[in-house]
Amino acid sequence: MFLLSFLIIPIVAALALLFIQHEKRAQDIAIVASVASLTAAVNIILNNVPSVDFAWIPVLNSRFVLQVDGLAKILILLTAISFPAIFIATNKNQVAQKNIFLSLMLFTQAGLMGVFLAGDALLFYFFWELALIPVYFLCSIWGGEKRIAVTFKFFIYTFLGSLLMLIGIIFVYMHTKEHNFLLSSFKTASFNPAQQVLAFALFFIAFAIKMPIFPLHTWQPDAYDQSPTAVTMVLSAVMVKMGLYGVLRWLMPLFPNAFSAHTNFVMVISIIGILYASFLAIRQDNIKKLIAYSSIAHIGLMSAAIFANNTIGTQGVLVQLFSHGINVIGLWIIADIIEQQAGTKLLSEMGGLAKKQPTLAILLVAFSFANIALPLTNAFVGEFLMFNSLFQVNPWMAATAGVSVVLAAIYTLNMVQKVAYGDVSTAIQKMSTNKPAQAVLIILIIIVFVTGVYPQPLFDLTKDTLLQLFVK
Amino acid sequence: MNAIIVSALLGVVMMFSSWIFKSERLQKNLALVGLLILIFANLAQINGWYVVDINTKGMLAFTRFGLYANMLLFILTFLYLFINAEEIEAIGHQAADFYALFFFILCGASILTSFDNLLMLFIGIEILSIPLYILTGSDKKNLLSNEASLKYFLMGSFSTGILLLGITLCYGAIGSFQLQAPMIVPSKGIAMEQYLLSAGLILIFAAMNFKVSAAPFHFWTPDVYDGAPTVFTGFMATIVKAAGFIAFIGIFHAQAKALGNSWELLLNFVIIATLLVGNISAVFQRSVKRMLSYSSIAQAGFMLFAVYGVSDFANEGILLYAVVYSIASIGIFSVLVKMKDYGFEAFNGLGKSNPLLAFVTTVFLLSLAGIPLTGGFFAKYYMLNAILTAGAGLWIVIIAVLFAAVSVYYYFKLIQAMYFVQGTPAIKEVPKTYTYKLLVLAVLLLILGVFPNLLFNYLYF
Repeated sequence: MFLLSFLIIPIVAALALLFIQHEKRAQDIAIVASVASLTAAVNIILNNVPSVDFAWIPVLNSRFVLQVDGLAKILILLTAISFPAIFIATNKNQVAQKNIFLSLMLFTQAGLMGVFLAGDALLFYFFWELALIPVYFLCSIWGGEKRIAVTFKFFIYTFLGSLLMLIGIIFVYMHTKEHNFLLSSFKTASFNPAQQVLAFALFFIAFAIKMPIFPLHTWQPDAYDQSPTAVTMVLSAVMVKMGLYGVLRWLMPLFPNAFSAHTNFVMVISIIGILYASFLAIRQDNIKKLIAYSSIAHIGLMSAAIFANNTIGTQGVLVQLFSHGINVIGLWIIADIIEQQAGTKLLSEMGGLAKKQPTLAILLVAFSFANIALPLTNAFVGEFLMFNSLFQVNPWMAATAGVSVVLAAIYTLNMVQKVAYGDVSTAIQKMSTNKPAQAVLIILIIIVFVTGVYPQPLFDLTKDTLLQLFVK
Repeated sequence: MNAIIVSALLGVVMMFSSWIFKSERLQKNLALVGLLILIFANLAQINGWYVVDINTKGMLAFTRFGLYANMLLFILTFLYLFINAEEIEAIGHQAADFYALFFFILCGASILTSFDNLLMLFIGIEILSIPLYILTGSDKKNLLSNEASLKYFLMGSFSTGILLLGITLCYGAIGSFQLQAPMIVPSKGIAMEQYLLSAGLILIFAAMNFKVSAAPFHFWTPDVYDGAPTVFTGFMATIVKAAGFIAFIGIFHAQAKALGNSWELLLNFVIIATLLVGNISAVFQRSVKRMLSYSSIAQAGFMLFAVYGVSDFANEGILLYAVVYSIASIGIFSVLVKMKDYGFEAFNGLGKSNPLLAFVTTVFLLSLAGIPLTGGFFAKYYMLNAILTAGAGLWIVIIAVLFAAVSVYYYFKLIQAMYFVQGTPAIKEVPKTYTYKLLVLAVLLLILGVFPNLLFNYLYF
């Protein structure tokens, strides 16, 4: 029953927050609740906890099953780290009706946790949508100027994908022997090849929109740019992982034949996406859009590596799921500090951060190195494994995707140069030190280097998932 | 049987009650008590206790499903009256007259849930329809209401004529009004009877489509729903439609084997046309009331899935869909009656000025759009499952799902207006108790959104 705490803590806190108008107290409750989730996450990593399983909708044979394995653990840990980090780092931001804002954030957290824990397809779908709806309201109420249209596009895109997945779930359900939604029975569902491809496609579109894979990515940069930064952090650090998680948890084990038949196709579109996003990132003057495109490129590499369908690539992805989340939150926090204090998102109006805020500039450089995946940083471990796996499939693919590393260096260092060096611009001149945010950044950067130098704990954590996926 | 007799009697009682009870409050309470009596009478029959036991010679068949459907319809009507009574009193002279009409409609509905004979179908539909024509035109001084009523009456009469013609042809082909035995013509001789039967069934099909406002027989719906007083639109779009669907399923499920595959083409066409017309037209509406009329057409497209084939999913699904859709629509129409203006702009800023009202409206809209955590999700889920179990192609499900995504667009437009646009809503004074009543509906939707099986427990045991 311990696993229920991942749903109960955020939901109870979120409901309580609805009634607490006092801003300071609301912030404290949100932080306490998210830290409580973090301790729970640490607990499930250190100790084995039993699954939760009880009847949910008997007429449909759907059960309320929560279970964890390495894949779930690593994403739960990421989610549990992200939320306190986000709450503390954005604590000072001015937000109207902050208690409602925090409440919706915690509902999102509950949805995300549910997605990673669910062992029943219908329950998974349920949480999948549950994570989306609070985000819709968060972005539409507190977002930037064009928020309504942009968020709507985002919502309809993902909702359409989810509905297709729902058809896929019903379709697989009808082919299970036991006629239930459990992951274990889904794995033994029997299809003929054509049916398997069909079901594969229905699931894949939903996950591809969420990741997003080129050419279904068009909702993303605008949504990242227009959302309030706290929400952007959730979107880019955790929410996109739902798509990758879905591929690893459902797509790969359920439809092995259809999966291996389409690896080349997906790898090619992923690599196109990587290059496309990298080139666009180079041209951006808006720091939020730059990080958004850079994130698309990184996710593209991860999806390519999953579809390489070999142990080493999947191992890389399992580690990178965590590392990418940490790095991108770090970058977003820095971008947010600058945006809040300097009042600009444009690189051309920045400059001189190193003189004005040396600590922040050092952190920016460190996270930028992680973004380029330099050795010693956590991203190096994952990306090395992923490129290795691509090379095993096809050296040309590895080479093409490898160009993205160079491109990443170009846009990231360009960003560092424009933000940190040169004369202190009028915008940057306005900045002052934000201590809590810097403390969070320092903790994150410690995680970056520790897991970069000694990634073995992450490998150990995800060993069981790898065995399940590749040792039949 | 109990429900049919008691509802008819209560209708007569309500009609004359205004002579005795002058106060509208008393009339309202009498109607509510009447509904409770009706619910208990029906419950009594489920437990095998009859007020009057009449041998109908097989014209009516009381199944558990039909009786349970009655029960749900009565409970929904109760909720509807409980919330909307004040608004009904504001229309016309005597609210008691309207309550009487509701009871007659329920009488028709309870025939429709248990007919086993095409004649009873016809009678049920007529008893259901005629009070509706009156309700539509009940706002006597409003030209739109008059126009809507006349239009509804004329077109409704045509469709009744078509229904009658269809029944006649079927009778000519098989020599019986009975539904129970599939209407298969003995294979001897030429297929003259076969043609008659097919023609008859197609005409019945068309007439039923008219009643549930499925395309291409939907043209009356937007005008009638728009013209009728908003409270009554809420009733027509929900409870009446649900009864129509249960009748629709009653006919075509009984014939499922006889109809065979050739039937699917027609049904596919109607389903897709309904989804297309309903959803695409709803996108372009400026008035919320008209948007809801088109959305009710779109929802009918989803409900038609249950007609596709016999299965537990179809039966349970149509009940769940009818209940969930009715609760959400009753709710949203009840919000609409309180608006001074039916444009989308009228809702601007409602989230700030009436947060609780905006919240319940959001729940209703989310449920209509079929978002998880609300009952609407499982309703749609059951429908998708029903049509796939019935062996329909996956393509039709995918089309339906694409349209479901379209529907998000127009439902969310209202949510956007309430929460994300600044402004002062054009809303009348809403008493606190009224909002709390609506909150009950919203909570019901949320409960059904997590435990839909609560609705079915009673269906079997």
